[in-house]
Amino acid sequence: MVTTVFGFVLLTLLVVTAVAIVVTPNLFVAVMLISIFSLLMAATFFLLDAADVALTEAAIGAGMSTILFLGALALIGEHEARRRRKPWLPLAVIGLTAFTLIYATFEKPRLGDPSAPVHQHVAPWYLEQTPELMGMSNVVTAVLAGFRAYDTLGEVLVILTAGLGVLLLFAQRPARQAGRVPAFIGLRHHLIPRVVGQLLIPFIVLFGLYLQFHGEYSPGGGFQAGAIIAVGIVLHALLEGEPAGRAILPTRVLVGLMAGGALLFCGVGIAGMLLGGSFLDYAPLAADPVGAQQLGIHLVEVGVGITVTGTLVAAFHAFADRERLR
Amino acid sequence: MRVFGLYNYWVFAVLLMIGLYAIIARGNLVKKLLGLSIFQSAVFLLYISMAKVEGGTAPILRYAGEPELSSNPLPHVLILTAIVVGISTIALGLAIVVRIREEFGTIEEDEIQSKVRDQ
Repeated sequence: MVTTVFGFVLLTLLVVTAVAIVVTPNLFVAVMLISIFSLLMAATFFLLDAADVALTEAAIGAGMSTILFLGALALIGEHEARRRRKPWLPLAVIGLTAFTLIYATFEKPRLGDPSAPVHQHVAPWYLEQTPELMGMSNVVTAVLAGFRAYDTLGEVLVILTAGLGVLLLFAQRPARQAGRVPAFIGLRHHLIPRVVGQLLIPFIVLFGLYLQFHGEYSPGGGFQAGAIIAVGIVLHALLEGEPAGRAILPTRVLVGLMAGGALLFCGVGIAGMLLGGSFLDYAPLAADPVGAQQLGIHLVEVGVGITVTGTLVAAFHAFADRERLR
Repeated sequence: MRVFGLYNYWVFAVLLMIGLYAIIARGNLVKKLLGLSIFQSAVFLLYISMAKVEGGTAPILRYAGEPELSSNPLPHVLILTAIVVGISTIALGLAIVVRIREEFGTIEEDEIQSKVRDQ
């Protein structure tokens, strides 16, 4: 009962925060609010028994995405122009659509109904077969990197493509101007945040590695681990300044990581083919069938983690390194 | 109590429309991306709400003892990857916005359009 009430409050707060994000004329405020929105969303996911998803949302939404938005705002300014016209047409459209969607929900099964169609298809099979076929307790990891590894490969390639797109868009440098703002120097002159931040970084990275290699038995896996390790590296760059952050992981290395992770994923698939199976079939990788699945899943998850870390850190550096105009 | 079981879906519908409103009615490109972010989160909420099973727990199995009822792992997998893909696309969108700002000196839709017309 307490959980239900708590869930209600969280969902209501989500709506309030979303309205505030749209209404506020200051983009800096809007970005801070979207960080809070993500944190509320992560708590909601946790209440809905999605531990892995909550972890990802907290690391990505509340952490990394806020940093990227702030990096972009530093380059474009934080004020939104007021519009003169009243947006009656968009309001009518969204009002009507919201009404239709809510009307349609009355046909939907109630929250948590075990006889809902979504629970009748392949999900029970995954839950039943995972211990036997994969020998691991986290079904989400088993489905992600095992049963549906094709999907995950596609997602990794999308992430890689988006990361490369960011780097290519920023490949062209703006013309140097006389009054340009000096490169971002970080919090080097602020003793307390710097010391506390430096103390936190090893633990953040350690936690990321734990999620990476313990993802088969507890919530975690390549996506969460990659995001959290990236946050650790970005925190270092925020504290020590952009040049120092770039020195430990130059763009060359980051692009290598982005592509290397995806290559490792594909390589595991091709290794299965060379050893007599089909693409992304882990069975030929080892003699013991369960051991082979676990080996394949481990390697694929490492590939995912490397690509996610590389892409997120590269995207951060792309924004932080850009010279501000006027 | 039956009607309360739909609250998650109502919040989904409202959040989806708030996101859509920001995308179609706001002229500021960063605001549009924030709206896209809200829109995405609304879809995530829909999937995760559907995965919930009454009295269930996270889909992490126990080896000893009675097997527990657990929520549906499949939507979790889909959304977990979608969150990371979401931030990659947002990063790409922000990069495009920064380039637009550098070329046109503004990120307001109507000002960009009038500048394009003048050229």
